[in-house]
Amino acid sequence: MPPTLMAERAAAPAAGTPILSVRGLKTYFRADDGVVRAVDGVSFDVRAGRTLGIVGESGCGKSITARSILGIVDRPGKIEAGEVWLTPGGGTGAPIDLAKLASDSAEMRAIRGKEIALVFQEPMSSFSHYYTVGNQIMEAIRLHSDATKQQAHARAVELLRLVGVPKPERRVDEYPFQLSGGLRQRVMIAMALACDPHVLIADEPTTALDVTTQAQILDLMRELQAKRALALILITHDMGVIAEMADDVVVMYLGRVVERGPVDAIFHDPKHPYTQALLRSIPSIMATPRTKLATISGSIPHPLNRPTGCPFHPRCPDFKPGVCDKAEPATTVIDDRREVACFLYGGGA
Amino acid sequence: MNVLEVVNLRKYFPIRKGLLRRIAGQVRAVDGVSFHIKKGETLALVGESGCGKTTVSRCILRALPPSEGEIRFAVDGKVVDLAKLPKRALRPYRRHIQMVFQDPFSSLNPRMVIADIIGEPLLINGMRSGEERRKRVKELLDMVQLPAAYMNRFPHAFSGGQRQRVGIARALALHPSLIVADEPVSALDVSVQAQILNLLLDLQDRLGLTYLFVAHDLSVVKHVSDRVAVMYVGRMVEIAGTADIFARPRHPYTEALLSAVPKPDPRLKSERIILERDVADPANPPPGCHFHPRCRYAVERCKVDTPALQEVEPNRWVSCHRAHELMLRGVQ
Repeated sequence: MPPTLMAERAAAPAAGTPILSVRGLKTYFRADDGVVRAVDGVSFDVRAGRTLGIVGESGCGKSITARSILGIVDRPGKIEAGEVWLTPGGGTGAPIDLAKLASDSAEMRAIRGKEIALVFQEPMSSFSHYYTVGNQIMEAIRLHSDATKQQAHARAVELLRLVGVPKPERRVDEYPFQLSGGLRQRVMIAMALACDPHVLIADEPTTALDVTTQAQILDLMRELQAKRALALILITHDMGVIAEMADDVVVMYLGRVVERGPVDAIFHDPKHPYTQALLRSIPSIMATPRTKLATISGSIPHPLNRPTGCPFHPRCPDFKPGVCDKAEPATTVIDDRREVACFLYGGGA
Repeated sequence: MNVLEVVNLRKYFPIRKGLLRRIAGQVRAVDGVSFHIKKGETLALVGESGCGKTTVSRCILRALPPSEGEIRFAVDGKVVDLAKLPKRALRPYRRHIQMVFQDPFSSLNPRMVIADIIGEPLLINGMRSGEERRKRVKELLDMVQLPAAYMNRFPHAFSGGQRQRVGIARALALHPSLIVADEPVSALDVSVQAQILNLLLDLQDRLGLTYLFVAHDLSVVKHVSDRVAVMYVGRMVEIAGTADIFARPRHPYTEALLSAVPKPDPRLKSERIILERDVADPANPPPGCHFHPRCRYAVERCKVDTPALQEVEPNRWVSCHRAHELMLRGVQ
């Protein structure tokens, strides 16, 4: 463990250094009544000091993607194919394929929390009720280093101060239920940062929070990222949060990446009909009062009842019969940051 | 014509402590709130969690007895005060105020088919003939754009959006004069949210419905409401027409709330106002204006004097000592 927790990382990797590369990731859940293809061929890169936003509606596989990276998919879920290349030490170590590691192996446990940390949506259910927040942060620190109890305690206080918890010396001995929602999420972030990870995955980190608290937490994450060159994966269903935070965006629908690109291109030149429809249907604070929204017809299909061909075709305004319902479109690469999976742009037809 | 007038509504919850359960304090969930709703309009009641917006709506429905104040409800050409009526005397009025719930999964009985869920209010209010009820249920399903063939299915067969349509059909069954919708779209996916919001707007135009729309999402509120009422720690801070309040808020809390909403456009580098600290505790609120510890415009007076809700210009009500001098920023 670093001797002290500096606000700025001593040997921070240069912004833009690739840290994590996911290639063709497939995570399936095989149950008695069929196979749920929760993640079905997902690829993206995560870079130091940059934010990758993964956006999609419920059941699109965004959370399972995060859990697959960390090898914590619940049974009967299993990584069926694909690679998850992590370059440890902020891009200095030899790359490791996490998809090949057993989820309970010593290597994987050394990576979880130390190299890649996760911030969950619901801070209340991710903490133990029976330990003080200090004890829970100390556990993470002592698991990954040989710090003494006193050192770990001091560091826990320092971490709480770093994430803006007022009176950290006192808060460290409190239980999670004694904290407000916003404070709990700050403690959650402090815990994730305890071992100075290079990759932070935040799964709907502000969804359970009020807007003014959300603004505080997003600000904190941005500040920490800048100081520590964190590679951030931000998973959310909120296009507003994506617009404010992400550098690159992955749009998912039913386990597939339908489109990937720089945030400005995704919002101002969306290629995939789903992205286009999604952007039209979100209520905006800039809208004229009492105006109707464009809608996407139908609803998200049940995962066991997945449409043939392109999974979006039954709801797609550009549906081409005999094409879209026959085969799944392949990914068309537009440039190295931009790709789209749709027959309108080739799609391997 | 006002369908509803809420005057100085208060709801306190006692905090009990010790062996004898003595009252040790009070949570002032709603602390003197006044507003009205005109026939055919949508009033959005907004605020963050714990501000008392849901408690207000529950008092109007008399799911909770108010501690103080009046709830004047206009029905059948007369005005009754729902706050004062004893439970038994409320019964004839209950049918006139209906509720649409937030969670479409827990608000429909999983053991009843759709026809019975929507038909139950009809049966309770005297529509004995099964034939007649089925006819009305069919009509209602048609209004919410669900096929009549779904009538004999159970709720589990439906998606969240379809269930919310069933909940709306049930609320419409008795031709209510007021519909209280508490976060009706916040549990839905964005693509489905838009469908339900459009449906609520459509039904209002067709049937002349009046909504009290309780929500925390200001983007959603902008799409559905005629007027917006903003609450903070049990009090009303501002009430105004939707276009006015978004373009030019007059209360510093409204300004901060608007600036905190993430805008779905990466080119708009928002200058967010980050509020310091947490929302005040309604059991132990600060003296004076509840918002003053977090307000960047606060002056000495705000710490001692509680500002009253005043009409600063026609149809604009603000409770801020500095409402006349501040120029606050909105969103276009």
